[in-house]
Amino acid sequence: MDFSTFLIQSLNSVQYGLLLFLVAAGLTLIFGIMGVINLAHGSFYMMGSYLAFALSPMVAEAFGGGLISTFIIGIVIAIILGYILEWMFYSYLYERDHLQQVLMTYGLILVIEEIRSILVGDDVHGVAIPEWLSASIQLSEVMTYPVYRLFISGVCILLALAMFFVLSKTKLGMMIRAGSVNREMIQSLGVNIKFLYRIVFAAGIAIAAFAGMVAAPVSSVYPGMGQGVLIICFVIVVIGGIGSIKGALIASLLIGFIDTFGKVLLPEVAGVLVYVFMAMILLWKPSGLFKAGS
Amino acid sequence: MKGIKYSLVALAMVIPSAFAQSQPPLKVGMMLPYSGTFAALGNAIDNGFQLYVKEQGGKIGGREITYVRVDDESEPSKATDNINKLIKRDNVDVVIGTVHSGVAMAMAKVAKETGTTLIIPNAGADIITGPMCAKNIFRSSFSNSQPGVAMGEVAAKKGYKNAMTITWKYAAGEESVKGFKESFEKGGGKVTKELTLPFPGVEFQALLTEVAAAKPDVVYSFFAGGGAVKFVKDYAAAGLNKTIPLVGPGFLTDGTLEAQGESAQGMLTALHYGDNLNIKRDNEFRLAYAKQYKLQPDVYAVQGYDAAQMLAVGLKATKGDISKKDDFAKAIRSTKFDSPRGSFTMSNANNPIQDFYLRQVVGKENKVIGIASKSLADPARGCNIQ
Repeated sequence: MDFSTFLIQSLNSVQYGLLLFLVAAGLTLIFGIMGVINLAHGSFYMMGSYLAFALSPMVAEAFGGGLISTFIIGIVIAIILGYILEWMFYSYLYERDHLQQVLMTYGLILVIEEIRSILVGDDVHGVAIPEWLSASIQLSEVMTYPVYRLFISGVCILLALAMFFVLSKTKLGMMIRAGSVNREMIQSLGVNIKFLYRIVFAAGIAIAAFAGMVAAPVSSVYPGMGQGVLIICFVIVVIGGIGSIKGALIASLLIGFIDTFGKVLLPEVAGVLVYVFMAMILLWKPSGLFKAGS
Repeated sequence: MKGIKYSLVALAMVIPSAFAQSQPPLKVGMMLPYSGTFAALGNAIDNGFQLYVKEQGGKIGGREITYVRVDDESEPSKATDNINKLIKRDNVDVVIGTVHSGVAMAMAKVAKETGTTLIIPNAGADIITGPMCAKNIFRSSFSNSQPGVAMGEVAAKKGYKNAMTITWKYAAGEESVKGFKESFEKGGGKVTKELTLPFPGVEFQALLTEVAAAKPDVVYSFFAGGGAVKFVKDYAAAGLNKTIPLVGPGFLTDGTLEAQGESAQGMLTALHYGDNLNIKRDNEFRLAYAKQYKLQPDVYAVQGYDAAQMLAVGLKATKGDISKKDDFAKAIRSTKFDSPRGSFTMSNANNPIQDFYLRQVVGKENKVIGIASKSLADPARGCNIQ
């Protein structure tokens, strides 16, 4: 592998890793900070992709707008949905043990898949990249790099910065972190913890759906797409340290590199490399790279 | 006394024919992907099959046809359960399926054990008409290596010297690549690198970077359905289609051209079907299919249609009694099928011997521009049925 190829593959790795982070970030919020094992998180990612597919022609017709308007409308829908789901189902889970959480959220996967099947069918779809993002940049004499992939990276970086800021620098973030450690105490201080959790939960779901929407043009839209992503994102959350956004970001990038270079250099074992890596990290640091709150 | 005797005789003569008249409907188990990356393929096969049955007035071999459908989700781990349910719970007389080679292998195993007649309308796993072959297992499509062999011959003739291959890491892809490699290297070329990614992954960016860096003369690629759409589009988006020609078996562009649009233009593929064969049988088929489903047929529809034709040939020979396996198989093997793809005969391994066309993408058609390989049979290594 010569140097320019190495650079381009690194770019691919970073882009893939950042996209994984987008899904893992929501999972870190819900699983890491709020303590709910949400198996349906991948389904919200899939839902986002289908939203992008279903909404983009409607949005184009109604507002003449493109992908950005679709994203905004999609996020609003996802937030509302997340709020309702928390109110109807998840709010009963905080006090339950992990087995019950797994059972309920697994049931939710089946329900969401079935609703998707009824509403949009079981076909594979693609989402068009808007005109202004569909160009390519010449990177070497034969290789060009699609601008849309740079766009994904940019969006992910912005979102990561925003999450860091909210969670570590604002009062809201402080209350969320405190609530995850001691619910009763924060409640007795007069914080409406129920409402707070509902908001965080809705945000977590919206981030997953947003990741699905952003990824739709490069990853296709197909039934069951959430499950594969879910597994890799649980791996990321575990490697990064449960509840740590910084850990999730670094783990996502590491996985991005391992997956990309594994595919190219060691294609025979590429499928298991990620899990071997997880095992090694956990042997070295059983609670992940970063402890929550650090 | 005499009266009773006569009436008994009369009764004895009437009863069997009365039974023959009212043979129960033939239960056909359709085990196809109705969801996932191969959903469009499964539906086209189902449509093609139904079209033939409808053309025969809903009856083949004198028996009405009823369907039991199961979505196999292209998921090998569920295959054995699914086909067992069809055979043991639903008591189907024959199973039609499927698209995914891994699923089809599990199905063939069960079919071989239970003796149930299985007609495979797509999945080309070489092993099924190779070491796993059986009297009651038929294929209306091809062996995975066949289109690869045909394309390899073409690529070598075009003077390409080194090639790279890209496919999903599963039976169909690896066998297709093996077929290409075999005939391409026999023709003087060399396959320098074989890239794979797990099924049904579509994150191609890293592999495309490898292709760009290695600059081979040609890239041979096997993908189908939604994955094929994505791959051809990504290949063009990376700017590779301008410098390194992409070729493949026809699945790369069949049933997917609508979605691939501009990025597929000019591509060469090899397959046993094309969009402008312009033979009478095909023209009639295309017209009937378009009228029935408001869709243009593709190779999958043809394979579904021919699966029904095989069933009809076999049933006609056994007068609707599918349990007469020897007569059923003999009839299918001694017939020359008049298919929309042109005529074909069955090999002793129950796999079609057929022409492979060289096609080029022009607009939204896979235009036939020549013959890539004439009367190509699969090697059927390791198969011995009498």
